[in-house]
Amino acid sequence: MESCNCVEPQWPADELLMKYQYLSDFFIALAYFSIPLELIYFVKKSAVFPYRWVLVQFGAFIVLCGATHLINLWTFAIHSRTVAYVMTIAKVLTAAVSCITALMLVHIIPDLLSVKTRELFLKNKAAELDREMGLIRTQEETGRHCALWMPTRSGLELQLSYTLRQQQNPVGYTVPIHLPVINRVFSSNRALKISPNSPVARIRPLAGKYIPGEVVAVRVPLLHLSNFQINDWPELSTKRYALMVLMLPSDSARQWHVHELELVEVVADQVAVALSHAAILEESMRARDLLMEQNVALDLARREAETAIRARNDFLAVMNHEMRTPMHAIIALSSLLQETELTPEQRLMVETIMKSSNLLATLINDVLDLSRLEDGSFQLNIATFNLHAVFREVLNLIKPVASVKKLLITLNLAPDLPEYAVGDEKRLMQVILNVVGNAVKFSKEGGISITAFVAKAEYLREARPPEFIPVPSDNHFYLRVQVRDSGSGINPQDIPKLFTKFAHNQSLATRNSGGSGLGLAICKRFVTLMDGHIWIESEGIGKGCTATFIVGLGIPEKLNESKFPVLPRGSSNHVLANFSGLKVLVMDDNGVGRAATKGLLLHLGCDVTTVSSGDELLHAVSQEHKVVLMDICTPGIDSYEVAVQIHRLYSQHHERPLLVAITGSTDKVTKENCMRVGMDGVIQKPVSLDKMRNVLSELLECGHQMSSLARV
Amino acid sequence: MPRFHGQSNHAPVDIVNQLQKQYVDYLSSLFHEGVLDDQFTQLQKLQDESNPDFTVEVATLFFVDSDKLINNMAAALERSPVDFKQVDADVHQLKGSSSSIGAMRVKNLCITFRSFCETQNYEGCLICLQQVKNECAVLKDKLQNLFRMEQQIVGAGGSVPLMD
Repeated sequence: MESCNCVEPQWPADELLMKYQYLSDFFIALAYFSIPLELIYFVKKSAVFPYRWVLVQFGAFIVLCGATHLINLWTFAIHSRTVAYVMTIAKVLTAAVSCITALMLVHIIPDLLSVKTRELFLKNKAAELDREMGLIRTQEETGRHCALWMPTRSGLELQLSYTLRQQQNPVGYTVPIHLPVINRVFSSNRALKISPNSPVARIRPLAGKYIPGEVVAVRVPLLHLSNFQINDWPELSTKRYALMVLMLPSDSARQWHVHELELVEVVADQVAVALSHAAILEESMRARDLLMEQNVALDLARREAETAIRARNDFLAVMNHEMRTPMHAIIALSSLLQETELTPEQRLMVETIMKSSNLLATLINDVLDLSRLEDGSFQLNIATFNLHAVFREVLNLIKPVASVKKLLITLNLAPDLPEYAVGDEKRLMQVILNVVGNAVKFSKEGGISITAFVAKAEYLREARPPEFIPVPSDNHFYLRVQVRDSGSGINPQDIPKLFTKFAHNQSLATRNSGGSGLGLAICKRFVTLMDGHIWIESEGIGKGCTATFIVGLGIPEKLNESKFPVLPRGSSNHVLANFSGLKVLVMDDNGVGRAATKGLLLHLGCDVTTVSSGDELLHAVSQEHKVVLMDICTPGIDSYEVAVQIHRLYSQHHERPLLVAITGSTDKVTKENCMRVGMDGVIQKPVSLDKMRNVLSELLECGHQMSSLARV
Repeated sequence: MPRFHGQSNHAPVDIVNQLQKQYVDYLSSLFHEGVLDDQFTQLQKLQDESNPDFTVEVATLFFVDSDKLINNMAAALERSPVDFKQVDADVHQLKGSSSSIGAMRVKNLCITFRSFCETQNYEGCLICLQQVKNECAVLKDKLQNLFRMEQQIVGAGGSVPLMD
C-alpha cells in the first residue's frame, strides 16, 4: 500500500445509506445557512429588537453548524487530510459556539417570555381602566343636574317642568310652593345654596351610593305680556316665579364658587326672558287662532245677513207688485169714473176714494221706502209746494173720520207761515197725516188742535232735545207743528218705544189699534231726513197727548217757480209786453167768445187763428203754433180728449204747442182734469187783457216745464 | 153805421169835452145798472189803430148770435116733447157769448135759465126766454146809443174816453 495521506472512512461504502446521508447533510447545511439570512432580513425589517447580540450569537452557531454539515459532504468519499482538518476545526468551533449559545439562551428566554406576560397584563389593565372610567363618567352625570320648576295655574304648587334628561325624571312631579326654602329663594334675587335634601333637589329617588353634591337654586321671574310696555323695560312687578335648581355631581368635591353663582344668576335672567318670549308667542298664537275663528263666524254672519236682506227685498218687491196691481186698478178706474157724469155726492165720494187710494199707494211706496230708508238709499223729492194747501188737504182727509167720532178739529196756521215752501210735499203731508191720524185714532172724545208756525231761533233752543239746535237762515226756515189731542194719553215710560218699528204699545189698546206700528217710525225717519226732530209728550194715561215736530223747509226764491200759473198774482218781473208774431190757435165754439179772445190776442200782437171745434183744431194745429187756447166749457166737445190727442201727435217732438184751457168754472176738479190731460195752463173767465198777458208771458218763459209738473 | 175816422172837422174843445162827459156818464150808468160789466171795458181796451172797430164788431156778432140762439130756443120750446138738452145747450152758448161781451144781466138770466132747463121746468124756461129776449133788446138799444156817442165824439175830433 502506498502511503497516501488519505483517510479511509470508517464505514464501509454502503451505497444507499451513503446517498441518504449525503443528501441530508446537504439539506441541513442549506437550511442552516438560510436561517440566519431570514433572521437578518426580518430583524432589519423590524424597528426594535433589543437582543441583537443574541442574534449574532445564534447566527454564528447556525452558520457553523451549517458549515460542519457542509464539510461533511466531502467526507463521504475519500478525502484529503486538509478536508479532515477543516472538518475538525469546524466541528470544534461549532461545539464551542453552541455551548455558549445554549448557556446564553437560559438567560434570554425567560426575559422574552416575561415581555409577553407584561403585554397581556397591560392589555387587561387598560380594559379595566376603561370600565372604570365609564363608571366614573356615569357617576359624574348622575351627579350633575339642572331642573326648572314652574308654578302651576293655581299658583300653589311648583311643577317640575324641565330637566336635563327627560327620560329619567318624571315630569309632573309637584311640590307645594310655600316651603320655607322656596320662599327664601323667591325673596332674594341672588342664587342661593340650598340643602340637597330639600324636595326640589331630590329629583330622583336616592340610590344608596350617591351622596348628592351641592345644590344651588335661583328664582326666575315669569314676565307676563302686560309687563312689556312699548317703551319701558319690563317691570318686575310680577309675583310669579319659577325655580331653577342646579346640582353638582354627586361624589364630587366641587363646590359652588361665587363667580359661578353670578353666572347662574345671569343665566336665570336669560331663562326668564326666554320663558316670557315663549309665553308671549303662545299668547299671540292663541289670539290669532281666536281671531281667525271670529273672522269665520263674522263672515258667515255677514253672508247670512246678506241673504236675509236679499230675501226681504225680494219679498218686498213681490209684495209691492202684488199690492200695487189692485191699487192701480182702483186709482185708474176711480179717475175714469171721475170723468163720467156724476152727481155732486157721487163726485165727492169718488174724490174721497181717489184720495184714499192715492194715500194707500203712497203708503205702499213707503213700505218700500222704509227698507230703502234703512239701507240709506232714500232721497227726498224736493220741490216747491203750497204749504197751506198741505194742511188743508190733511184737514179734508181727516174730517170725515173725525166727524164720525164727533171730534172737533181746529187748524191754526200762523200768519207768518209762508204760503209756499221748498221740500218734499208728499212726505211732509204723510208725516202730518200720520200724526193727526194718530191723534184722531186714540181720541174718543174732545178735540184735536193742530198749530203750525215758524220756529224762531230762541224758541228752538228751548225745544227738546237740547242737542237739536237748528239755525234758520235766509233761504230756509223751520216749520213747527204741534198736534194736541184730548185722548187716552200715553204712559211716559212707553214714550221712547213709540218710535220703534213694529213695537206695539199694549197700554194703548183700543178698538182701532190696528196697523203695523210702522207709522211713527217712518215719520221719525222722514223728519230726520228733513233735518228735524219729532217727539211726543204726554202727562199720563187719560190726559191726552201732544205730538210735536220741527222740520226744515226751504223758502222758494221766485214766485215763478210755483207749479201752476192759474191766477197770476200781480205782474211778475218779466212780463213780455209784446208777443208779436206769436202764432196762437184759438178753439171756441161760441162766436162771441171766439171774437173776444181773438181780439185780446190781436191786441197783444199775436197771429191768431180761430177754430170752432175739436176736429178743426186737430186739423189746423201745426208746429208753428206756439200756443193753443181751448175753451173747455163747451159741452159736446171733449176738450180733454183733444188735449190728449195733441199730446199724442206731438209726443215725439219737443215743439208741442202750449196748451191753455179757458174755463168759466173755478172748482178744483176742472183744474185737476186739465193737469191730468197735460194742459200747460188754465185761465179763468172772465179774461182780462192783463190776465192774458201774464199767463202768456209766464207760459212762454217756463215753456214745457209746466206740462211736466202738471202731469203729476 | 156811418163810418168814422179819427180826423174830422174840428169842433170847439168844450163840445168835445161835453160829449165825452155825456159818454162817460152814459157808460157809467150802464155799469151801474148792471147791464154791462168789466168785460166790456176789457173789450174796449182792445180797440186800437189796427183794430179800430173791434168793440162794434164784437157787439154786432153778439147780436146776430143771440138772435139766432133765441129763435132756436123758442122753436125748441114750442116743439113737443121739449128737448131740454138742446135748449140747455143754446142757453149755455148764450151765456158764453154774453159773458164774453160783458153783458152781465143777460149772463145772469142765462144761469137761471139753465137751472130751469136742468129741472126741465117748462114754465120757468118760457119765462126766462122772454126775459132774455127783453134783455137782449135792451142791451142792443143801449149799445147802439153808446156807439153813436162814440162816433159823435170822434166826429168832433176827440177820442173816446176809456173807463178804468
